Amino acid sequence: MGAAPASRDVTSYGMGLAAPLALFFLLFFVAPLLQLLWLSLHNDTTALHWGLGQYLHFLTDPFSLSVLGSTLLLGAEVTAVCLVLGFPIAWLYQRVGPKLQTIIILIVLLPLLTSVVVRTFAWIVILGRQGIINATLQSLGIIDTPLKLLYTQFGVVLALAQVQMPLMTLPLITALGRIDPNLDDASCSLGAGSWRTFFRIVLPLALPGVIAGCTLTYAAAITAFITQSLIGGGQMLFMPMYLYQQASTLQNWPFAAAISIIFLLAVLAVVSVFTTLGRMSRGYGGA
Amino acid sequence: MAETQGGRSLVVDAVTHRYPSGALAVENINLDIKGGEIIALLGPSGCGKTTLLRIIAGFIAQTQGRIIIGDDIVDALPPNKRAVGIVFQNYALFPHLTVSDNVGYGLAARGVDKATRQREAQRLLELVQLPTMSERLPRQLSGGQQQRVALARALAIKPSILLLDEPFAALDKNLRLDMQIEIKRLQRVSGITTLIVTHDQEEALSMADRVAVLSHGKLEQFGSPSDVYDRPQTLFVNTFVGSTNRMPGVVVAADRTEAKVRLDAGAEIIARPAGGALTEGGRVTVCIRPEHLQFVGDETGFAGVVGMSLPLGATVVHEVTTADGSGVKVSQARIGETRALENGAAVRLAPLAPSLANAFPATL
Repeated sequence: MGAAPASRDVTSYGMGLAAPLALFFLLFFVAPLLQLLWLSLHNDTTALHWGLGQYLHFLTDPFSLSVLGSTLLLGAEVTAVCLVLGFPIAWLYQRVGPKLQTIIILIVLLPLLTSVVVRTFAWIVILGRQGIINATLQSLGIIDTPLKLLYTQFGVVLALAQVQMPLMTLPLITALGRIDPNLDDASCSLGAGSWRTFFRIVLPLALPGVIAGCTLTYAAAITAFITQSLIGGGQMLFMPMYLYQQASTLQNWPFAAAISIIFLLAVLAVVSVFTTLGRMSRGYGGA
Repeated sequence: MAETQGGRSLVVDAVTHRYPSGALAVENINLDIKGGEIIALLGPSGCGKTTLLRIIAGFIAQTQGRIIIGDDIVDALPPNKRAVGIVFQNYALFPHLTVSDNVGYGLAARGVDKATRQREAQRLLELVQLPTMSERLPRQLSGGQQQRVALARALAIKPSILLLDEPFAALDKNLRLDMQIEIKRLQRVSGITTLIVTHDQEEALSMADRVAVLSHGKLEQFGSPSDVYDRPQTLFVNTFVGSTNRMPGVVVAADRTEAKVRLDAGAEIIARPAGGALTEGGRVTVCIRPEHLQFVGDETGFAGVVGMSLPLGATVVHEVTTADGSGVKVSQARIGETRALENGAAVRLAPLAPSLANAFPATL
């Protein structure tokens, strides 16, 4: 290490080093976003007349609103499924030996190692009319006609939950790992049963991880274009596909831009609710 | 909640625990602890003392033997039904709960209403001399204060037994003495049967009514601090508790109370057969504490050459090399004008009394 002048503020190094990334973001994130905003403020497809017509159209159109609503609901459902299924895995991870931990982490990370397209097609194979589930149930004589699993809300939630599971499990594993295992014993020795220990001690202390996991899962689930479209098919329409249709198929760029901005604001609203909760729970984070 | 159960007896009856790997953690431990006693479980790390504590608390189910608290065999009870209070080494306070809620946690688990809980928490915080800290979070307290809260939290459930796991290890030296006095005071007030796990012999000897010394999962000796210090039953106890000189020798003559030993260092001394009967001609290790050796003017003791003298305030420690080449330490109280010993001075040494030299059959 060179002998840098002692008077120089160490934080000033950081700023200079961040400049390339800042430039990159400015060019390829902020600029397109501003262009999108500019575009959305035009009433006609050729973007010649200024106006809030696109927003008015979206907000007064029951169909558009229902797409937004079902997308936000989808996110909530996927997040709930991931939380309910992911928490026990994370909890288990903290209580098994190092060998089993490696296996669990591998299982958790495995979805990230294969392409989303591949995973989604696998779900089509599993959920289809002649798919694994239907074939098994039929051969066992439990059902006569195949169940409709593909192109349903259930199918989309199931597939998305599997695809996004690592985003929930990894923050939970980290959060649970930071909890002193003696707290469990202390709670127990004071007469608390396992449910009280879970709800009064483990869950409140894991809350920062729960919120981080929910934020990531939610944001990823509602914007998951490929899985939503392939499993949902033509019958289920969510915001990313709606947006794509308006832009690519109908060439209605100002309306697509307005959809984007509204979607962005809706997601930001939900995420800021999560982060507010997170900030409230951080009061005791530094245990 | 019933009235205070302080003072219940605790019996550890032939407890053996084997790890899943098959290794023995503790082997055939028997402790008969009277109600209201303070007991120290003393031993080096890995001796099984923490395992024994966790067995008594119910976190580990022992392979064999019984734990009896008062008149009840508690082996079938989970930890949350045993009413055993524990103070953990790192205190394990709930970081997201206030001091008051920490102390009241056990009462909440018993369905006590909030007002009663807070009143009881306040009473206990006054008992541990932290009456103004109830709304703080644990991380806003110093180490000693956190320990007091942990103590108050454990006492809140009116436990029949109080277990302290290395309670002073995380405190600095001055605070340690304060807390030792504090815990002893609280124990006297509540009369609660208390078990302290420690690797610190001074702590064990100063706090406990009786000390159980463990080594490699076995109980080496269970007796009063003076028994353990002055009449150790095994070589391990003699060397682990306090410091000692180990001098090899051969038994010349022995009966049940006295043995004549010819030290390799070159003298015949009378020693106490400490670890059971000795056989004539057998090799022994004689343990004499530095403060139990004296310089003698006549020809009775063994010869040595003074190597170094260390004045340690109230005592002076001399290092003496004996005829067989081994070193012994002699500690002299500094009374008035202590004779200065020069490096290389020839001296003769003898134990103060036969009962202060303990002879153990040599293991090697």
